[in-house]
Amino acid sequence: MSLLNFFKKNMNVFPVYSKTAKQDSRKSERAILVFDNTSEVIQAQRTLEKKGWKLRVMGPPPEIRNGCDLVIEIPLIEELNILRTLQETRNVPIKVVPVSSPLLQPVDIFQVKDYGDYLMVRAANMKITIEKENQLIVNISGGGCPDVPYLAGEMVGKSLTESPLPKDIGHTLCGYALQLAYEEILRQC
Amino acid sequence: MLAIVGTIPDTGFPVISGKVHLKNDRITIKDQSAPINRGTPALLAAAIKCGEVLGLESPIGFLVGDIGLGDGSRLLYDYLSKKLKDFNLQVLCFHYLQPDVDWQFKVLDAIEKMKRRPFLIADAGYMYAAKMSGLSQEYDLFTPDVGELAFLADEEAPHPFYTRGFILHEAQKVLELIKRAYEHQNAAVHLLIKGKKDYIVKDGITFNTVSNPSIENMEAIGGTGDTLTGIVSALISSGMGPKQASVIAAKTNRLAGYYTQPNPASQIIDIISNIPQALTEVLKSM
Repeated sequence: MSLLNFFKKNMNVFPVYSKTAKQDSRKSERAILVFDNTSEVIQAQRTLEKKGWKLRVMGPPPEIRNGCDLVIEIPLIEELNILRTLQETRNVPIKVVPVSSPLLQPVDIFQVKDYGDYLMVRAANMKITIEKENQLIVNISGGGCPDVPYLAGEMVGKSLTESPLPKDIGHTLCGYALQLAYEEILRQC
Repeated sequence: MLAIVGTIPDTGFPVISGKVHLKNDRITIKDQSAPINRGTPALLAAAIKCGEVLGLESPIGFLVGDIGLGDGSRLLYDYLSKKLKDFNLQVLCFHYLQPDVDWQFKVLDAIEKMKRRPFLIADAGYMYAAKMSGLSQEYDLFTPDVGELAFLADEEAPHPFYTRGFILHEAQKVLELIKRAYEHQNAAVHLLIKGKKDYIVKDGITFNTVSNPSIENMEAIGGTGDTLTGIVSALISSGMGPKQASVIAAKTNRLAGYYTQPNPASQIIDIISNIPQALTEVLKSM
């Protein structure tokens, strides 16, 4: 047996290949960025999405005691690059937590309710409801922020594609949550 | 006399005060009108409908156009700080205004100069300003939802952005949040907490809860919290005590929803039109 064939046959037992397997699993590992306030989450999301990273905005796991209502889930392997980018905009998280146990799993902020002819998506405190047949926005509810009546007035009665985006016309945390709900209901349709 | 302070989501709506009436699914005030889709118009419409049952005068509105940027709110704060002293009001309810701590102080100063101090109710943006200024105890009733209660309970949060639970409602923590809000004097004397279950609280003690009827489709309908605040405001202006008024308001709002038999596309005006029937029924049962 040549030396090369020997290595091929026995490659699974060599540590170097174990390391590669570990790297593969690391690719699918995730971490969450914890911020002091939700404004910083919104800013970080915008910065990172502009750079092309795929992220998810989620709720913090119960075990994380500090930080605000939202966290950003990232691929762990990109941690350094992502932190470097956030450093450039002076918007670094207060901590980065690897999702290493079930207790550290971030919480999904979306709830979907199927009413038959209607579909409602809730993102945090804001809810958007559409008529399935024509994707008409029939109701917006939740939230006490000062822009909520305006957002509802501008969006209800329009189809999802005709409606202005909450991120363009909203000014508050409720407007941001409504944008997340809007994106999710588009994804569901 | 009940007066309601709030905003209309229309930048062309001027600062205005006067008696508010209902006409063809719109509120009217002097030569202005606005649709009743949610927000302050829904609160006003609910109060007017209650007034029909209770024999009350039409409420006074202090209104301005604001789409959430705060420019209109600041004009209205200025108006209130100059004019409130001329009014004789029993109940004054503050609603959707941009939170502004400095202006809120000035409005409280103006209230001190009124002939009699009205019963003060705050909801939505104005309630945030009351908490942010550390003057929550100057108010007689707040009507938060569970997320807003989390903000009241967080003694360190200067803004809802910094509060855990503001947008991720933690309904299971309501009692703990009530306790913490009162410990740090960040609640009004009374709370009517809106949610799947409504809580009626005075000085940190929960006196009652209301959870029936529970209409699932109402979750989708915007403005149901506004109508609850409108109903309780009207009841208190009729001379009813705040605890009893809160229980009756919570039951009436739910029963109006029940009579509407709404689907998820129903609008708040559909529920408002059933408030007189619901209030009559609840008052009979008490």
